[in-house]
Amino acid sequence: MYSVTYHRAASLSDAAKLAKKDEAKFLSGGMTLIPAMKTRLAAPPDVIDLTHIAELKGITVSGKSVTIGAATTHAEVANNAKLKAACPAICHLASHIGDPHVRHRGTIGGSIANNDPAADYPAALLALDATIVTTKRELAAEKFFKGLFETALKDGEIVKAVRFTVPAKAGYAKFPNPASRYAMTGVFVASGKEGVRAAVTGAGDDGVFRSRPIEAALARNFEAAALEGVSVPSDGLMSDLHASAEYRANLVVVMAKRAVMAATG
Amino acid sequence: MGIEGIGARVARKEDRRFITGAGRYVDDMVVPGMKHAAFVRSPHAHADIKKIDVSRAKAMPGVIGVLTGKELKADGIGNLICGWMIHSKDGTPMKMGAWSPLAVGSVRYVGDAVAIVVAETKGQARDAAEAVDVTYKEKKAVTEAVDALKKGAPQIHPEAEGNLIFDWEIGDAKAADAAIASAAHVTRVKIHNNRLVPNAMEPRAALGHYDRGEDHYTCWTTSQNPHVARLVMSAFYNVAPENKLRVIAPDVGGGFGSKIYIYPEEIVCLWASKKTGVPVKWVADRTESFLTDAHGRDHVSEVEMAFDKDNRITGLKVDTIANLGAYMSLFSSCVPTYLYATLLSGQYDIPAIHANVRTVYTNTAPVDAYRGAGRPEATYLLERTMEIAARELGVSPAELRRKNFITQFPHQTPVIMNYDAGDYAASLDAAMQAADYAGFEKRRAAAKKRGRLRGIGMASYIEACGIAPSAAVGSLGAGVGLWESAEVRVNAVGTIEVLTGSHSHGQGHETTFAQLVADRFGLPLDSINIVHGDTDKVQMGMGTYGSRSGAVGMSAIVKALDKVEAKAKKIAAHLMEADEGDIVIENGALKVAGTDKTVPWFQLALAAYTAHNLPAGMEPGLKEGAFYDPSNFTFPAGCYICEVEIDPETGRTDIVQFVAADDFGNIINPMIVEGQVHGGIAQGVGQALLEGAYYDGSGQLLTASYMDYTMPRADDLPSFKVSTSNTPCPSNPLGIKGCGEAGAIGSPPAVINAITDALGTENLTMPATPQKVWAAARAATRH
Repeated sequence: MYSVTYHRAASLSDAAKLAKKDEAKFLSGGMTLIPAMKTRLAAPPDVIDLTHIAELKGITVSGKSVTIGAATTHAEVANNAKLKAACPAICHLASHIGDPHVRHRGTIGGSIANNDPAADYPAALLALDATIVTTKRELAAEKFFKGLFETALKDGEIVKAVRFTVPAKAGYAKFPNPASRYAMTGVFVASGKEGVRAAVTGAGDDGVFRSRPIEAALARNFEAAALEGVSVPSDGLMSDLHASAEYRANLVVVMAKRAVMAATG
Repeated sequence: MGIEGIGARVARKEDRRFITGAGRYVDDMVVPGMKHAAFVRSPHAHADIKKIDVSRAKAMPGVIGVLTGKELKADGIGNLICGWMIHSKDGTPMKMGAWSPLAVGSVRYVGDAVAIVVAETKGQARDAAEAVDVTYKEKKAVTEAVDALKKGAPQIHPEAEGNLIFDWEIGDAKAADAAIASAAHVTRVKIHNNRLVPNAMEPRAALGHYDRGEDHYTCWTTSQNPHVARLVMSAFYNVAPENKLRVIAPDVGGGFGSKIYIYPEEIVCLWASKKTGVPVKWVADRTESFLTDAHGRDHVSEVEMAFDKDNRITGLKVDTIANLGAYMSLFSSCVPTYLYATLLSGQYDIPAIHANVRTVYTNTAPVDAYRGAGRPEATYLLERTMEIAARELGVSPAELRRKNFITQFPHQTPVIMNYDAGDYAASLDAAMQAADYAGFEKRRAAAKKRGRLRGIGMASYIEACGIAPSAAVGSLGAGVGLWESAEVRVNAVGTIEVLTGSHSHGQGHETTFAQLVADRFGLPLDSINIVHGDTDKVQMGMGTYGSRSGAVGMSAIVKALDKVEAKAKKIAAHLMEADEGDIVIENGALKVAGTDKTVPWFQLALAAYTAHNLPAGMEPGLKEGAFYDPSNFTFPAGCYICEVEIDPETGRTDIVQFVAADDFGNIINPMIVEGQVHGGIAQGVGQALLEGAYYDGSGQLLTASYMDYTMPRADDLPSFKVSTSNTPCPSNPLGIKGCGEAGAIGSPPAVINAITDALGTENLTMPATPQKVWAAARAATRH
């Protein structure tokens, strides 16, 4: 690691002030940034830790509306009783991110701001049609996730929270990369008043995306059986050492089936 | 056997310090004035070095020195060598290319060391290493051995035309050909043994300290054999004469073979310490470990196995190409030859065998011994072939094996080895019973109802441990002897230090070796210390690898103990005015048999050192040394059975049962033996299902971190059912065969045999990743 100055922001305005430093980086768990810095692939002169800002923390379930503060850890999401009652799928998802160390450090805001193409949360937020609340605006997940490691966030803009309406049914299933255990393909399905949404992470060569063939089949019948015989194109899917695009296309359908089984189980 | 003696399940003495963070590894060592090193490494797989400009780096903060290969050569530091001479079948010696500890002229793999930077801090050394400007002229690279042999492939070393290092053979080609020509059935298989990264928990490290006042060097290094390191560094690399060089391998966190070899870094740190006038420490980061630790395996082979009409094996022919990487590592040449092809008879009576082995340079990390070293390659090849043959012949894989087992001992194979003892059917029976082999089809049917493909596979392995005797290995080209030394020092109050030339880097020697001594004298384990890993304490030794430390290292201790016991009995007889032949040792005392006369051990020891009343002419003291050179290899063998369930939708394989039935000869500590088997199986399952090192076409290592290189984890493995049924080894005093590698040797074919059984196709290579298994399952159902 190159030498770096660590700043602990006490408030959002404090963070905004610190962010004016040249090439400063926000840190919200650091589950991607710190390893990148350790291997000298990233070298910010300053990091600004957002995880001690009180207003970024906590989970609120109010009727059908769920708000999760950006600095809420995966472990907190996984184990929140109210959230478990409202939307167990997102708790299940959080309980399978990384290992215990990651789950107690990593945060939902850090994860979505980084938008790793194999991260779990982007699939959930896209499928749940969540709203991303930032220091500047509110954005639909669809508009927020732009591509590989790319979001709509502007310089100095900070994710404050994510908000979504509890779906009638939701489920998540992922097939982990054998080495990294990131999602090699993960599918989050949600069924509610607005219809069915199925979002895929770990597979798309431009990051998280909605699978229209899966959504169409599930819109007719939100059952795993509805996906028998359905196939998705391998165009636009990632191909690497661990999984070809063709294999990933298969996994999209299989994981979608298993996500629906979890949702309807 | 006492509660702490031979055969007792004693908890490992060393674990307290390991699990409480009190272990002392090379990176824990601090010498006054010590500074830190970073290596400049080639980013290219194959390139000429046009220019190295160190001026910018030298001006960086904290930098003490920047040194290159040119200065190293000017100081007369020698090239790294391979210490086992192999001759091609045409009689020519192997073609060893020059390997300078810091590259001169050319680089040949990604990670090749080009320069060293010494600075006040590790961070400053790394910053400055990035500022060393090396101008390269890139050349075409080749990473696959088969490709490197093709016409027009990039030439890697001028010494080895066409990248061929040697073309070697063993056995009788005519006899094997004749057997194949007249066979009732021939099974033909193409075998690929995947390349592995050793991944010891502790990365390699070196601390070189040149003491100007004494004109003396000390090297702390992560070595499995510090004495060999000292010998090689002084005799071949011209670092310092042996009497001016002390090598210390303190606690070492795993080796699996990768820490046998002498690497450029320890040589360069020692030399750099003299050049810069400060002690120099280097500790590899994980990326350096992936790039530069000697990798393992990487064979492709074609096999033909001939059977007569009664399904007896009549001949075996093997053609192997082994990738040795960019340079010949210390023992790289013997792994795909004498440690591999000599085991191609397996547990079977095969009248005719011929193997041809070509070894090849490529632009990849050097390849050398990795847990099992040659025997896993032989076992995988044979046991896949046997399983495929059984399927082709439509007979039970167990019965085909049983029919061909060697049952009379000693047995001379056509490939050098003389098996001394064994009962292969006993292991097979034990494994089949433990696995409920007979009930498998029911389990398969039940799995099918759940949508899972269930398969069962077995492997009957044999391996050779305690490689020996020295004269024999010398005649085969070894540059060293393969004996072991021991010294037993009884202190004046009766506590004991045992100095051994073996080295423990996870094996538990501090416990098992002490058990041996406790057993002999009836002493508590706590009164016995095992000393190893320091050339100033232990005079000479050959280190630990090849499962040799029990069979060879402990046998040396037995010899020294015999001498101590003989002298102690003489003193006791003198003190008690009895006949020497009547003295017995029981429960920490020397007694005159059949009387109540007794001398406690501590009193006997004191008598030896006070020397007030010793037999006439006897020297004072109680300390004896011994060298032990075995008369033969030892031959552990066993049978492994693996049962898998495959999710055909995803290709995920779950190992639902794993049985190991081993014959290790006599056992000192069953708990440690089981631990060795568990670890070995984990690594074998890793090779079969998970691990693979891949380079891209330009020679970049794609699997250079745990993001892409899959290490086995606890949840990849079931609870193992392990057992032993032992035939004592006749060639050493303890009857020990060795257990350190068996798990890694026997398990890969068992796993792949199980998966291919489930899938109904043989078309599958290791590692059998979900993607490959899914594709194989699809292809199999299409047929």
